[in-house]
Amino acid sequence: MTQKAEFDQRVKQALDNPQLRRNFRVTMDGLMEKRDKAFPDKAFLEELRTIGANIRANALARQPELLEQLEANCTRNGIQVHWAETIEQANRIVLDIMERHHATRMIKGKSMVSEEMQMNHFLEAKGKSCVESDLGEYIIQLDNEAPSHIIAPAIHKSKQEVARLFKAKHPDIPYSEDIDTLTRSARQILRRKFHDAEIGLSGVNFAVAETGTLCLVENEGNGRLCTTVPPVHIAVTGIEKVVEKLADVPPLLKLLTRSATGQHITTYFNMISSPRKPGERDGPKEVHLVLLDNQRSRIYGDSELFDSLRCIRCGACMNHCPVYTRIGGHAYGPPIPGPIGSVIEPQKFGLENFGVLATASTLCGACGEACPVRIPLPKLLHRLRYEQVREDRTGATIGQGSQRSGKEALIWKLWSWIHATPLVYRSATRLASLFRNRIPNRIGPWSQVRTTPRIAPKSLHQLAREEGFKHE
Amino acid sequence: MNKARDNILARLRARSTEIPPVELDRGFRSPDWNRQQRIELFCKAMTSVRTEIHRVRASDWADRLAQLVKERKLNNLLYAPNGPLARQIEAAWRNGEALPELVSRTAELDEWKEELFFGIDAAITSTRGGIAEVGALILWPTPQEPRSFSLVPPIHIAVVKADQLHNTFADAIADENWQAGMPTNAVLISGPSKSADIEQTLAYGVHGPVELIVLLIE
Repeated sequence: MTQKAEFDQRVKQALDNPQLRRNFRVTMDGLMEKRDKAFPDKAFLEELRTIGANIRANALARQPELLEQLEANCTRNGIQVHWAETIEQANRIVLDIMERHHATRMIKGKSMVSEEMQMNHFLEAKGKSCVESDLGEYIIQLDNEAPSHIIAPAIHKSKQEVARLFKAKHPDIPYSEDIDTLTRSARQILRRKFHDAEIGLSGVNFAVAETGTLCLVENEGNGRLCTTVPPVHIAVTGIEKVVEKLADVPPLLKLLTRSATGQHITTYFNMISSPRKPGERDGPKEVHLVLLDNQRSRIYGDSELFDSLRCIRCGACMNHCPVYTRIGGHAYGPPIPGPIGSVIEPQKFGLENFGVLATASTLCGACGEACPVRIPLPKLLHRLRYEQVREDRTGATIGQGSQRSGKEALIWKLWSWIHATPLVYRSATRLASLFRNRIPNRIGPWSQVRTTPRIAPKSLHQLAREEGFKHE
Repeated sequence: MNKARDNILARLRARSTEIPPVELDRGFRSPDWNRQQRIELFCKAMTSVRTEIHRVRASDWADRLAQLVKERKLNNLLYAPNGPLARQIEAAWRNGEALPELVSRTAELDEWKEELFFGIDAAITSTRGGIAEVGALILWPTPQEPRSFSLVPPIHIAVVKADQLHNTFADAIADENWQAGMPTNAVLISGPSKSADIEQTLAYGVHGPVELIVLLIE
């Protein structure tokens, strides 16, 4: 099956599921409203977006130096830094750390990079147990699913579905559809897992080069537990998460939490700078930082697509996307859905596999307007549409030109020739007007959900001439 | 994996066009708030995320603490016997009656993890200060007051001094020159643990403390 046929199938499945559509509609409306309320002063919002965009752009401009500075400062603080070009290397690094400690039990905080690495899958195949502790991630892990939203991973499920799932996996816990009760049940179940885990894994929201500090944004306390209780903490992050100064963090944090959930700050904001020091009585004795490239340095090479690396993973673009709201996260395929996913993931996994995602957009521009760091998402989606059909394969994007079809290219060539040749253009429009009633009512997929357009009896040129316009 | 490191850095440096750094304004303009405004903002923001705040005096906060834990009928309260709050807590407990047991553990966490996870009702810690704008506590845990005190027990009681409230997070970093040396772990806490992962409905008490009680010394 072609990637388009597969995608269409996933979209159809989602659209045919009224429960799913309701869940997304209600949630996305709620999240949009919360963000709106969190920024009552729109001038301030625009100012803050500019600050955020500049901070991220500057960090990227100096990325190689900042990564070296981050490594040097982390190392000085006692954090062991590892570099991985591929997800295989990153998984291997995590596995090696576990084996060195004869560890089999990992407790995980929320990490989209670990989703990108398919870390659970990899480690479980090696006999390790990986337990997700973020409530949403825990729910979808119980059901063997992937996240459907980057900050609300289980948002496709209703409380009844969660209740049935808990009952099926933990028969000893009384059935309840009450959200407080379900939440407390998860607390009870996972408490022992935190206690027993030998390895705590987390992502990173910002890695501060100046001080060698790993920042982690969360509400549940599972991030704190994962990075405090087990004797070893492993943080995995994409190389683009580095920022220059500690002073860069407050504006970015403000943008992140308000854009994501409308919170002025999350319950916990962790700043981790070293393993347990002599005299301290808790905290991991080892902290590891895994810096993952996985095509990011390739994206970095393109002066336009490069802007997608500014992303701070707030999810605002998906919350505001009319396509995402209707089809939900799973229809997209790769770990990160929505507009930013449609830009980043095809570049990581290849246009030949996910180029079609660039078409999952109406180009209405809502994502670009919501983005707290001003990533020009519509422009980049457009660019990827071009990348996958371009003839010269001189750029750096994987799978470039892979979706080029000779027939389509020929049609567009003809189209452009007609439009560039006045005599032909005039004859063509005259002919089209003349035979306007001969155009069939059904023209393929176009008229499945739309009225077939009718060509006007007179062209605009003709009307203008009749009105007496000399220069059109 | 030095080869991976070299390859990644080489690819990043291979960029053909130089990226000009942009003029950077970090938006660092501190609001013009006085002490009283800071207190009001702090209390309002923290209360809005279900933090319980008690405004107390330096002389009697420990009595209020005793009263609060007694009302809640707790079995025990974990505190740091060599921490900054110890003297006043111990004095209040000497005078009080039928108070929860004061628990002091000075061993490494690994030696009493089971008890901390399953046997402690509440813990009290000091704080380094707070942030008025968003309503958050600043904690830089110390050997005396380890980070798990404010994390594992179901109730966390924190003492914060009104004089140590900063206007904003950016102010806190700048005023105290944090970049000169960060501790092992610094954390901002704005309320009890919460999640909205099921139907975006807020539920409190997921993995961190179920209740956060703040004693604000004015």
